[in-house]
Amino acid sequence: MKKIALSKLNELFAAIAKDTELHLPVNFKGETVFKKWTEGDNYAKDSLKTVKSPKDLFFPQNENISNFRKEGNKFIIDPVELPKSGIVVFGVRGCDEQSFRVLDNVFLAEPVDTFYEARRKNSVIITAACTKPSESCFCKTFGIDPTDPAGDVTTWIVDDNMFFAVKTEKGEAFLAKYADIFTEAEEDDTYRVENVKYLANQIFAKLPLADLTTEGWGGDKTDEKFDDPKWQDLSTACLGCGTCTFVCPTCQCYDIRDYNTGNQIQRSRCWDSCMYKDFTMCAHGTARPTQKERYRQRFMHKLVYYPANNDGMFSCVGCGRCVDKCPVQTNIVKVIKAFGGDKK
Amino acid sequence: MSEALVPHVAIVTEIRTETPDVKTFRLEAKDGGKLFEHMPGQCAMLSIPGIGEGMFSITSSPTQGDFKECSIKRCGLLTEALHALEVGDEITIRGPLGKPFPVDTEFKGKNLLFIAGGIGVAPLHSVINYCRAHREDYGTIDILYGSRSMDDLVDFKEMKEEWEPEDGLNLYLTIDRPQEGWEGHVDFVPTYLKELAFAPDKVAIICGPPIMIKFVLANLLEMGFEKTQVYTTLELKMKCGIGKCGRCNIGTKYVCKDGPVFRFDEIDELPNEY
Ligand SMILES: Cc1cc2nc3c(=O)[nH]c(=O)nc-3n(C[C@H](O)[C@H](O)[C@H](O)COP(=O)(O)OP(=O)(O)OC[C@H]3O[C@@H](n4cnc5c(N)ncnc54)[C@H](O)[C@@H]3O)c2cc1C
Ligand code: SF4
Ligand code: SF4
Ligand code: FES
Repeated sequence: MKKIALSKLNELFAAIAKDTELHLPVNFKGETVFKKWTEGDNYAKDSLKTVKSPKDLFFPQNENISNFRKEGNKFIIDPVELPKSGIVVFGVRGCDEQSFRVLDNVFLAEPVDTFYEARRKNSVIITAACTKPSESCFCKTFGIDPTDPAGDVTTWIVDDNMFFAVKTEKGEAFLAKYADIFTEAEEDDTYRVENVKYLANQIFAKLPLADLTTEGWGGDKTDEKFDDPKWQDLSTACLGCGTCTFVCPTCQCYDIRDYNTGNQIQRSRCWDSCMYKDFTMCAHGTARPTQKERYRQRFMHKLVYYPANNDGMFSCVGCGRCVDKCPVQTNIVKVIKAFGGDKK
Repeated sequence: MSEALVPHVAIVTEIRTETPDVKTFRLEAKDGGKLFEHMPGQCAMLSIPGIGEGMFSITSSPTQGDFKECSIKRCGLLTEALHALEVGDEITIRGPLGKPFPVDTEFKGKNLLFIAGGIGVAPLHSVINYCRAHREDYGTIDILYGSRSMDDLVDFKEMKEEWEPEDGLNLYLTIDRPQEGWEGHVDFVPTYLKELAFAPDKVAIICGPPIMIKFVLANLLEMGFEKTQVYTTLELKMKCGIGKCGRCNIGTKYVCKDGPVFRFDEIDELPNEY
């Protein structure tokens, strides 16, 4: 394990930023957001979840996928260059780290989404252990250890120091690159980190959602859950605003649209939401005519369809953003509980 | 560049007006050769950049040549613009998308019964021509095709002149209401099907409006067909065509990637949301 004084963090960030784009949570107008680090930015070390998840670092809200020019009745396709590969994302919480792997299963499956792949491939993920979770957190329901999250490198803050543990080869190479900024952790540092984890776990055990389980959910539950009358009640309040899908780190639906800029035609893709009425609208109507079907789709996808196609992995990571942000307090926790997924 | 989402330029080399609102477009690679390989039942995203992309069945069979053909019904922004194209114009195409009909496996050696309504003949056209080209691999071919009126029968000329005269191929055409100049059958497809009383020793392939599919299937089952003998194609709104934009799923299956061809016993396992 390596360590660094918190007061020296900006020195580390400056060194990283010299080589690679660095993104980390910073305070912005009373909220926390992931931002490209520049001199003067301070790591919002006490923040828990950014308003939006960091998924847009790999899957931007809007991106150009091809350009066209029209000459008479001919089209010329101007290929869009692949995005630069390899960024460093620092201060990622365990839930958001798992969300990258959820997205990988979609975008890196054949046929590979080369835009996503280019961004993701050489990126280094440095996670931050959680010690002060919020009441809406339930990542442990999805097998995440927030006190020791995955990633290439994991960090803990103990008093005035930050500790770094290597988790992958990529992480090893990363730490080696900035070796002279770190000092080697001592034996009792290991104990101090373990102690922080222990204390954090005690807090996690007392969270209001600590007993939420995925029992009863999984890839083989379509028949059992699909026609359940509970979907009607659960979805009644839903406004179809799509907020939950936009803040969600694992929501991956997109739209493709063309824009004529005058000089060229840009085809871009942008985030879309299965909560929207026109999402599946076509000439003969839509198979999801009311909010009930759209609401059911969102949660069945996370808790049944996605696991069916991805070896049982759920596509919710329990970050609680939808719990915090839904204007009418209807969310995935309510769904899980309504179907009995609460041990209490 | 993301290969799966970036199209190729294709040139329109022939346009046939099939019905008042359906035209068939022949598309070829700009510099000759094949745009891509495809098998019957697979689709492609056609686009006029600036207007948008749309999913269409490839109605030509790979046995017909290097070109691809699509029969397109005018019904909105993109299809309107496609109908305004002229020979020599360029569009873009990406594909092949989706799974084909199991022409070389489950269909092989079988008697085939094709049942289509309206523009639904599009995906079947490719299968029929593929089977005609590999005639020795299949048993009898029965084709039951119906449309609203005589003028709405897509591929009418080809069916009458090229398909019908062939041995072992039976063509049954029908229109919904009597019409001057039409001496053939008049009835809805599901009713005519019952009247024809085919023996259930065949693989049936259905495509058409959802309501027709529903009644045709019911009648086939009544005639003794098993769901494992009946195939269709499903159609939902699509954007990416590769199982990633999240738009076209029915339960755990993505129609764009796991379909659009499905066997009815497979459809039975899907939740009722299509
Ligand atoms: C797998 C598949 C195969 C298809 N094969 C054929 C074919 O061989 N021939 C053919 O004519 N059409 C086919 N379609 C339908 C075709 O994709 C749509 O008719 C076309 O995209 C409509 O585009 P538009 O811009 O003209 O219509 P829009 O202006 O977008 O809309 C007109 C109407 O069509 C609806 N619409 C838009 N996209 C679709 C869609 N993907 N499917 C159904 N309705 C839609 C709109 O909601 C609206 O009600 C197929 C669709 C799928 C999914
Ligand atoms: S569904 Fe809600 S809790 Fe789950 S990952 Fe998405 S935003 Fe977070
Ligand atoms: S669940 Fe809440 S946030 Fe999501 S679409 Fe419905 S109202 Fe909006
Ligand atoms: S069209 Fe995008 S997932 Fe099927």
